[in-house]
Amino acid sequence: MAIIADENTKVIVQGITGYQGSFHTERMLKYGTKIVAGVTPGKAGTEVHGVPVYNTVKQAVNETGANASVIFVPPAFAADAVFEAVDAGIEVVVCITEGIPVHDELKMYWRAKQDDVILIGPNCPGVISPGKSHLGIMPADIFKEGNVGIVSRSGTLTYQIAYNISNLGLGQSTVVGIGGDRIIGSDFIDILRMYEKDDQTEIVVLVGEIGGIDEENAAEFISTEMSKPVVGYIAGITAPPGKRMGHAGAIIEGGKGTAESKIKALEKAGVEVGKTPMEVAEIVRAKLGQS
Amino acid sequence: MLIDNKKGDSMKLYEYQAKQVFSSYGIKIPNGRVAFSPEDVDEVAKEIGSQEVVLKSQVLVGGRGKAGGIVMANAGDSASKSRELFGKDIKGFKVERILVEERLDIAKEMYVGITLDREKKGIVILVSSVGGMDIEEIAAKYPDKIGKKTVNPVWSLWDYQVRELLYEAGIPKEHFRDVFAIIKKLYNIFIRYEAELTEINPLVITSDGKLYAADGRLNIDDNALYRQKEMAELRELTGSELERAAESKGINYVKLDGNIGVIANGAGMSMATMDLIYLEGGKPANFLDIGGGASSDLVKASMELIIKDPNVKVVFVNIFGGITRCDLVAEGLVKAFSEIEMDIPVVLRLAGTNEEEGRRIIENYMEKNPNKLFLVKTMEEGAKKAVELGGV
Repeated sequence: MAIIADENTKVIVQGITGYQGSFHTERMLKYGTKIVAGVTPGKAGTEVHGVPVYNTVKQAVNETGANASVIFVPPAFAADAVFEAVDAGIEVVVCITEGIPVHDELKMYWRAKQDDVILIGPNCPGVISPGKSHLGIMPADIFKEGNVGIVSRSGTLTYQIAYNISNLGLGQSTVVGIGGDRIIGSDFIDILRMYEKDDQTEIVVLVGEIGGIDEENAAEFISTEMSKPVVGYIAGITAPPGKRMGHAGAIIEGGKGTAESKIKALEKAGVEVGKTPMEVAEIVRAKLGQS
Repeated sequence: MLIDNKKGDSMKLYEYQAKQVFSSYGIKIPNGRVAFSPEDVDEVAKEIGSQEVVLKSQVLVGGRGKAGGIVMANAGDSASKSRELFGKDIKGFKVERILVEERLDIAKEMYVGITLDREKKGIVILVSSVGGMDIEEIAAKYPDKIGKKTVNPVWSLWDYQVRELLYEAGIPKEHFRDVFAIIKKLYNIFIRYEAELTEINPLVITSDGKLYAADGRLNIDDNALYRQKEMAELRELTGSELERAAESKGINYVKLDGNIGVIANGAGMSMATMDLIYLEGGKPANFLDIGGGASSDLVKASMELIIKDPNVKVVFVNIFGGITRCDLVAEGLVKAFSEIEMDIPVVLRLAGTNEEEGRRIIENYMEKNPNKLFLVKTMEEGAKKAVELGGV
């Protein structure tokens, strides 16, 4: 089954004629993603890697029946692109763009919420259901089809953990990068809820980092609402307070958001937390072996 | 709770700049202005005309009062007192400007602050009938004197929410109307300037019953500066010298106090690399994220930056290539080794996109230049090697 995207997902790319949009469209097509249209205002009638381009999302949806969108437009226009996608009836919006003003992110969140649209990101690597579909910028080759769900705030770290899992002969149902900004469309709980219902997923890996209390909230959810085992990893044990560690959301403020507090909350909820990416993969293997 | 956002990365306005914004919205501020020299201070003190003035160092760091950054003076000795303040080091920041203000006759101090609410995806307003200390301290000591409310940014702020805040915070009845107006104005400022945080602390009631923003903060979202042009013009780079150098090159760098330099791609990966070093018993010297799709020049610049830190005894370069290509990272490192004079060892882990090509480039280089570079297979192995070479 997988979550969010599968072989039937019909995808449009907003900002397809830009450098990033075009580059990643080619990679996603090569992976087998059903990209049915691209959108760039003023570029209707052209093609990018054989994909027809439309002026508006509405036209693209009317012509192709697309139900998902991947957004590559620059930060100043990204919120507008999200609103356009939601208005046109798109059900899954994956916003890759980094550097969107946070006041725009607040509005994006509430707009998606109003129509029950799944918004992933912004500032995220996207979603991949190995062997089925890839909506994003991940190095697709390292993933293998399997039964491990991964949800993460970080890109590269996700690749590392997925790579370790694949190297142990296991694979992933779906991998979701929820993004590193403070205000994001879907948080850990939204994705965990989907994995819990998904037939293909047997175990979930949660990759968190310092900042906010999303991991703590996820721990609460896991202990009360999840039957599937969850394995955790938290980056930032050595991060000093008051400094943003790259991601806008990765900052320890007012004594909150420390790695210790997150690890403690997860362990209390019965989540085994790996100390290294390799250890996470090994715990997953051991737990799958037991069940 | 509001954060003492000392070293975050949002754009912070100086107190006098924040107060100018408050004043333009009709919030009263003490009479005075900023001065850049003792002569200037003397002039402002005379303009103010009051017997007593306050000299407030303008530095973008919290706790300046306790660090001796605020001094009382009178019209006669303000210049000489400011001479001691100019150039003084306040928690790593040099005093280059002083806000000279009339001294208020304070009857009561209160608090108003607004910031983002990550969890509720909204804007949180905090009001207290107690002020003059950190909001965390107010919350700990006077939990019944705080009102807190998260506003949905789409629906905006309604009057009943402000009324509830005033009741919850225990604001004296006779000041209801004034505080009400100030909260509304501050919310409008927060929205208009796309702030991440704004605060009036203390909000002073003088003995003649007037309300003043005696201190103020306004931090603007960096990502919004392209359309907040007046704010963007006020922008100055902050942080340590190395951090400023990194920022100007577009490198995400945070200095730490260990001796093992770190270069990685991705924020999560960079933190995980630091953590691994720590688990192996070592201490990372920095956080450094070259981001996605780094060029060889950026890799070289990162290496140059890191080895400027005299504590660094070894550098661990940990790359998992997704969008980043291992061959470009390898080229950048070889460029760095050939062009920069450096005698500290480097541990390198390359995995992912174009790993083979990257390793070949490094192995070719190592044939001619042994002992400087250690190529490892996993990040766990790399951390161990780096700690071994760096000592503890």
